[in-house]
Amino acid sequence: MRPRVRLALWLLALIVLLAGLLALAGGFVWVDLDTVERAALTELVSGRGMLLVVLGVLVLVPFGVLVRQWLVSYPEAVIRLREDVDIMHRAHPEHRVALTGGSDMRRLGEAVNAFAEAHCALQREVKSRIEEANARLEQEKNRLAALMSELSQSVLMCNSEGRILLYNGSASQLLEPQAGGPARAPVGLGRSIFGILDQRLIVHALERIRQRLRQNCQDPAAHFVTARGDYLLRAQMAPLLDHQGEFIGFVLILEDITREVALDSRRDALLQQLTEGTRAALGNIRAAAETMERFPEMDPGHRRRFGEVISDEAQRLSRHLEQALSRHADLLHPQWLLEDMLATDLMVALQRSFAAVGITTRYSSDNSPYQESNDSLWLNLDSYSLVQAMTQLMATLADALDIREVTIDVAADGHFARLSIGWQGPAPEPEHLHEWEQRPFRAVAEGPAASSLREVLESHGGEIWCQGDTVAGYSRLCLQLPATRSEVQIPAPERGQGRPVYYDFDLFNQPGQSTELDDRPLRELTYTVFDTETTGLSPSEGDEIISIGAVRIVNGRVLVQECFEQLVDPHRQVPRESQMIHGLTPQMLSGQPDITEVLPLFQRFAEDTILVAHNAAFDMRFLQLKESQSGTRFIQPVLDTLLLSALVQPAEGHSLEQIAARLGVQVVGRHTALGDAMVTGHVLLKLIPLLEERGVHTLKQAREASRNTAYAKLEY
Amino acid sequence: MSKTVLIADDEPNIVISLEFLLRQAGYRVVVAQDGEDALEAIRRETPDLVLLDVMLPRLSGFDVCQKIRENPDWRDMRVLMLTAKGREVEVSKGLALGADAYITKPFSTQELLAEIESHLGRQ
Repeated sequence: MRPRVRLALWLLALIVLLAGLLALAGGFVWVDLDTVERAALTELVSGRGMLLVVLGVLVLVPFGVLVRQWLVSYPEAVIRLREDVDIMHRAHPEHRVALTGGSDMRRLGEAVNAFAEAHCALQREVKSRIEEANARLEQEKNRLAALMSELSQSVLMCNSEGRILLYNGSASQLLEPQAGGPARAPVGLGRSIFGILDQRLIVHALERIRQRLRQNCQDPAAHFVTARGDYLLRAQMAPLLDHQGEFIGFVLILEDITREVALDSRRDALLQQLTEGTRAALGNIRAAAETMERFPEMDPGHRRRFGEVISDEAQRLSRHLEQALSRHADLLHPQWLLEDMLATDLMVALQRSFAAVGITTRYSSDNSPYQESNDSLWLNLDSYSLVQAMTQLMATLADALDIREVTIDVAADGHFARLSIGWQGPAPEPEHLHEWEQRPFRAVAEGPAASSLREVLESHGGEIWCQGDTVAGYSRLCLQLPATRSEVQIPAPERGQGRPVYYDFDLFNQPGQSTELDDRPLRELTYTVFDTETTGLSPSEGDEIISIGAVRIVNGRVLVQECFEQLVDPHRQVPRESQMIHGLTPQMLSGQPDITEVLPLFQRFAEDTILVAHNAAFDMRFLQLKESQSGTRFIQPVLDTLLLSALVQPAEGHSLEQIAARLGVQVVGRHTALGDAMVTGHVLLKLIPLLEERGVHTLKQAREASRNTAYAKLEY
Repeated sequence: MSKTVLIADDEPNIVISLEFLLRQAGYRVVVAQDGEDALEAIRRETPDLVLLDVMLPRLSGFDVCQKIRENPDWRDMRVLMLTAKGREVEVSKGLALGADAYITKPFSTQELLAEIESHLGRQ
């Protein structure tokens, strides 16, 4: 009841009561009178009725006014005060109570306002403190992120249930599911590590860690090696402990050791070849030689046969050695000091360095360093030492022979790259060159080791010599270095866009997701929001999926870096009108994987999450029709943003664009599966608070409420 | 009667030296080219000592050694294993299987002869 109406009713009731009391008093007086007095009174009153009514009103009106005044000053002011305090408390802290009613009430209002002011100030203070702390935390997180993204090792951090809390770009790249390989889930926040690496290995390693923790071991980390497709990964697992020493999770550091292992086994093979492989031949030679020595008087027939054994075995040994060296030459030089460098880049580096000692360098006309044919000529070298040593040699040569300008070029020669530095004039005497080669130079400015060009060349397996053409009056210095084999080149890992490290430490507190999801709040759930593009609208009449796009929502954030996007070859024609919508042509789709290959990957991507789509019934129908064919079943709960939107705002339109516009979600990449999935994801996040206002908090409530909307009756 | 030595090795280039040296030292020498051949020769000749190469075709030196030690009639037969593999694990395997000595190639012929003599002299 509104306060004003209530006030009026109170007033009316009081007046009626008063009038009633007056009438009752009159009644008692009337009963008490005898007949004569009654007649006299009747006579007195009759004819003066009007006067009596006027008198009654004159008594009642001031009374009513006073009562009303009192009611306004106290009870009504109390009600307003309560309402104002309610607004301040629940909705709008900046709201202040209106100062109405009696002076006591005004003073009370002022006190409430002062109190509210102090409360607001306190809140602002707390808020700014929290923001400060958050900014510091964010800064630390960013530092951590920067550090992790630079690590070549792959790092994953998991909580005690194996959910991923943090990973770096290297990890997501290394553990990317491979088409055709076993169906493994991709790396993602909140995902279980058990879907990514072999569960038994991890459980075993965790068991060992727990064992060592129980024994108070200094270094409780566990190691294991696992194969992943063609890769061999070495994993180091270290426990994460809270301040009480309780086990709360673990860090996994993974390294691709495929190349290392291959190199190690080749080195082993070489060692074996050089040791065991030569024992037999050496044994034969030695036995034969010793026999001949021991019996100098041996008959010629035997002597000849022993001679044959020695020469035969010596040849076998030579061949063997040659073979081993040619096959494994690259293993004999320590490679960790060397870097891969293009031969043309070495030319540029030499040119700069020569300029510093006053020698102008030109590239020979047909051999510019920017020519494409030289792009593939790779060297494996310590470029700093080599350039320093060569520059010292050139400076000495220039002094001795008065060289001011040289021409430089590089060419491949078998397994080698040959760099020629030419000049007009005579070549140095060979003995001078040998002497200059031995001259020490300082490899690193403060380094203790002064080495010579000869040493540098030896460590590189290179050679140097001079050639002069006395007729043409032209000489050149040749530097020959082994060219790197193409298989040693490793492509630099591609950097994805956006922040390269992904973390969500709130997942530490995540309860097990395998428990009943129904009673969990919508805010806490992990979602896979997806969309499909199809050849048409009738899955039962042969229309097919041609594209699936999906993003994940974890802890109320759309994880844009963790998306799923895959075109699908529908093995049927794509109607022109549908091409107009999604823009996918048959050429783009042909050769893409089959739906039966894509759905298992998508299933791994979406496992343990709630599926969300706009008009989900349509997309789910397509997925369900492929169940038997692809061996996949999507049995997790499904939410539909169309139904949820209808629940929140029944009267409005519910196309994805309409909802997005209404909720202030920016639409990008509409009608690509991934673009639509992104928009749908953001729409879902905006819908959740609106649903909560209507009492829909849990998954179960959302599903039941969706079922009752008018739109839920549509079927495909 | 001179002692009989069986040389079981498939490399003629070592057999020629060993055969010559042992003949000169006054032993009766029998040669086998592979493991089966060696067992056959052992049955036929019952040599006093076997120079057994590990890497024999058909039946390896380890297998031959094992069969020798399984037969009580050959309890006194001396077995010297020759090998181009110098790994410790193989040495210990050979000795565990009952070889009397394990000699790694390349070896000194003089030491080999001394070893053979010491084993045969004890009988």
